[in-house]
Amino acid sequence: MASAVAGERATELRGFRSAQRLAYECAEAVAARLRPGVTERDAARMQREWLRARGVRDWFHLPFAWFGDRTAFAGFRVPLQFFPTGRRLAEGMPFILDLAPVYRGYPADVGYSGCLGPHPLHDKLLADLRAHRELLLTEVRERRPLREIYEDVDRLMVRQGYENRHRAYPFGVIAHKVDRVKDRRWSPHVFGFGTQALRGLASDALHGHRDGWSPLWSPYRFSDHPPRPGLWAVEPHLGFRGTGAKFEEILVVTDSRDPAESAFWLDDDLPHVRRWAEGA
Amino acid sequence: MSLQSVPSAAGPGGARERRVRTGEVDLCVAELGDPARPTVVLVHGYPDSKEVWSLVAESLADRFHVVLYDVRGHGGSTAPKPLRGGFTLEKLTDDFLAVADAVSPRRPVHLVGHDWGSVQGWEFATVRRASGRIASFTSISGPSLDHFGHWIKQRMTRPTPRAVGQLLGQGAKSWYVYLLHTPRLPELAWRGPLGRRWPKLLERAEKTPRGSRPTSAQGAARGAEAYPTSSLPDDAAHGAWLYRDNIRARLRSPRADAHARVPVQLITPTGDPFLSERLYEDLERWAPQLVRRTLPATHWVPRSRPDQLARWITDFVLAHEPDPDDEDDAAAAIGTVGKARRANRDRRARELVASGPYGERFGGQLVLVTGAAGGIGRATAFAFAEAGARVVAVDRDAEGVARTAEMARLIGAPQVWAETVDVSDEEAMEKLAGKIADEGGTVDVLVNNAGIGLSGPFLETTTEDWKQVLDVNLWGVIHGCRIFGGRMAARGQGGHIVNTASAAAYQPSKALPAYSTSKAAVLMLSECLRAELAGQGIGVSAVCPGFVNTGITSTARFTGVSAEEEKRRRKRATRLYGLRNYPPEKVADAILRAVVRNEAVVPVTPEARGARLLSRFAPGTARAIARLDPPL
Repeated sequence: MASAVAGERATELRGFRSAQRLAYECAEAVAARLRPGVTERDAARMQREWLRARGVRDWFHLPFAWFGDRTAFAGFRVPLQFFPTGRRLAEGMPFILDLAPVYRGYPADVGYSGCLGPHPLHDKLLADLRAHRELLLTEVRERRPLREIYEDVDRLMVRQGYENRHRAYPFGVIAHKVDRVKDRRWSPHVFGFGTQALRGLASDALHGHRDGWSPLWSPYRFSDHPPRPGLWAVEPHLGFRGTGAKFEEILVVTDSRDPAESAFWLDDDLPHVRRWAEGA
Repeated sequence: MSLQSVPSAAGPGGARERRVRTGEVDLCVAELGDPARPTVVLVHGYPDSKEVWSLVAESLADRFHVVLYDVRGHGGSTAPKPLRGGFTLEKLTDDFLAVADAVSPRRPVHLVGHDWGSVQGWEFATVRRASGRIASFTSISGPSLDHFGHWIKQRMTRPTPRAVGQLLGQGAKSWYVYLLHTPRLPELAWRGPLGRRWPKLLERAEKTPRGSRPTSAQGAARGAEAYPTSSLPDDAAHGAWLYRDNIRARLRSPRADAHARVPVQLITPTGDPFLSERLYEDLERWAPQLVRRTLPATHWVPRSRPDQLARWITDFVLAHEPDPDDEDDAAAAIGTVGKARRANRDRRARELVASGPYGERFGGQLVLVTGAAGGIGRATAFAFAEAGARVVAVDRDAEGVARTAEMARLIGAPQVWAETVDVSDEEAMEKLAGKIADEGGTVDVLVNNAGIGLSGPFLETTTEDWKQVLDVNLWGVIHGCRIFGGRMAARGQGGHIVNTASAAAYQPSKALPAYSTSKAAVLMLSECLRAELAGQGIGVSAVCPGFVNTGITSTARFTGVSAEEEKRRRKRATRLYGLRNYPPEKVADAILRAVVRNEAVVPVTPEARGARLLSRFAPGTARAIARLDPPL
């Protein structure tokens, strides 16, 4: 019985991993095609088309692209500002691609930071994200309340001299839960978010509210609970005076007693992780 | 043009003097520095002679071949006969070309002009026959007469209220131009009482005390005594023809093609009583490769701000010089290699002025910030770094300040020092000042920001607590002002001091007796010091932020409670400040603005402004608020 459960989980993780890989492949392919003059809308369309051509029909959210100081969410106040604009890419500009395709019923949600040309400050931000990836994993394994982990990440950012830009996300989230969705032929989206995935989140929120947990990992009281087993798309986002950088990938949390088993990153073979390994 | 150059004996202070003949006049030319280096030609204004540049020339001589000459009719140069018609810009261009050919026959020269020197410089930089002879042009306080003519025409043809205001404003500032057009009178005045009183008038207007100023003995010997020279009455009388020969003609029919094809650096003194900053509003139209700088000073900046000028001239000249490793770069700047080199040089020049609204003002200045490991101090260091200032970040937290320095370098500070010093330690501060003076020079902007928090009733505050708070919050500021402000005043080239006080400086509270007392002292200290240093061109501002989301709450001490309760209150205060979430970046912005505008007291957040209003107009209410329990 136990092995059957483990087997099912392994298949499921494989599914999520392939979706995440596909999303990162897309991000890298589109990033390689970015040239001066390309707009955010162009970049978003390129991601959509690339993924559609590979069988993606549904989205957790439609692809985003942010260029220049929009990577640091400078002056973001209303959620509409997240959507791609006509901002054109120029030499030396940082960019972020954020895409969340649903691939064969498995959603992925990834963030990819890059830069057109050399940019020492951007390199520094990317390098400093490593400490956040490590901190998050360690503290989740310690089963610290999510809100406290959030505050520790925040403190680390302040110590590094950065601004916490995921505060600008809806509810200030640093992460949200992801779950399988039904593979439907027609899956509409509202305000850029897939209805299926939204429904999943809403039902999680409803159940969670009764049991005292939330599918959103935020600085607020409703996140004052230990990590809940499941898959979390974690997205620490650093901002520094008009330059921003983030990664987003899936953290798997289980109810295992073994610390290493209790939480782990879904995949360690991702562009930003490879980058750190090369740099080290 | 007949050209004859006769080298003569070495002049005073190591300057080599020679005479260059052009047409019917003999020009007195002085040279300093190695002739193999890039040549910088400094042209003086009215009523001056080349000695106006002595302090700047001395600083530049280490790196450049510096050339000064007396304009015809001034100083050691002879005057044309007759004077009328002898001072046209065409003839002055002949003079410049003759000097340039004599001192740097093969390479183009870097031109720097002040006042009428700059007016001439614009002519040289925009006429065809001088093309190829000028590598770059630094203009100080002297517009092109052609541009000025167009500026007036444009505003006359479209007399919007704003345009009329600008016209009237500049018209009033140009009072001396009308006077100089009257016959005979100016000559009489200059050769009579005005000439005698001029040195004193200049000293008073420019706040450059004679004799006590220059830092080096050599400078004192050469700079302070040699200027203004004894030839002043004659120079000024001759120079009146600069105005009479050119102004009316050029303003009436300005040249349409007065485009500068060379890189131009425009240095605008913001307190210039003779020229309005508005004159340069559409200068990009005439000089596409333009770099702007502003300087809080009056008209005679070569005397009052020689160090700053020398630094900006150096940066600009170096940015437009071929790499020293590339010997044949200047000659071979053709073809694809030459194109790439030129592009590279252009990029270097563009990088001279940092982006952002304050790049013009703070580029290259030396700024010291205490308490720079976090919060307002760090944000301030970053803001100055972004403006291209050289930054000294000071804090007792070594790790934090190193981080600040690292990030400051990444966002554009050309030089950064991270110094681990406790501001309350006088000896350490003295040592730091010595080190900074050796490595970076005199601090232009000092931000005394370091401070610690202490909360709790007065009767529960121990002597030790008091000492701690006053040591950092008050003595730290005193040491900073005394040691760095003292050096700033001794240099005599202006500067600015910002002290971070607090809204608690004027809003009493039963929760913060020690902290508020220390900050009130800082506020009063700043206001007194402001009065004292005003005469020396040094501004002092007290910044009163209010509740800003910084680390001060997580390290603040709470007296009269258990360790556990103290921890709880810290956490609670941090959370409250977090909810208020006023970013330190906005305070940093207020600090830079306060320096630019020389503001005295700057409440930043709305609550700080509100408290200030209450303390002035409803002190009873402020006292009532003081009795409230804080929500901790």
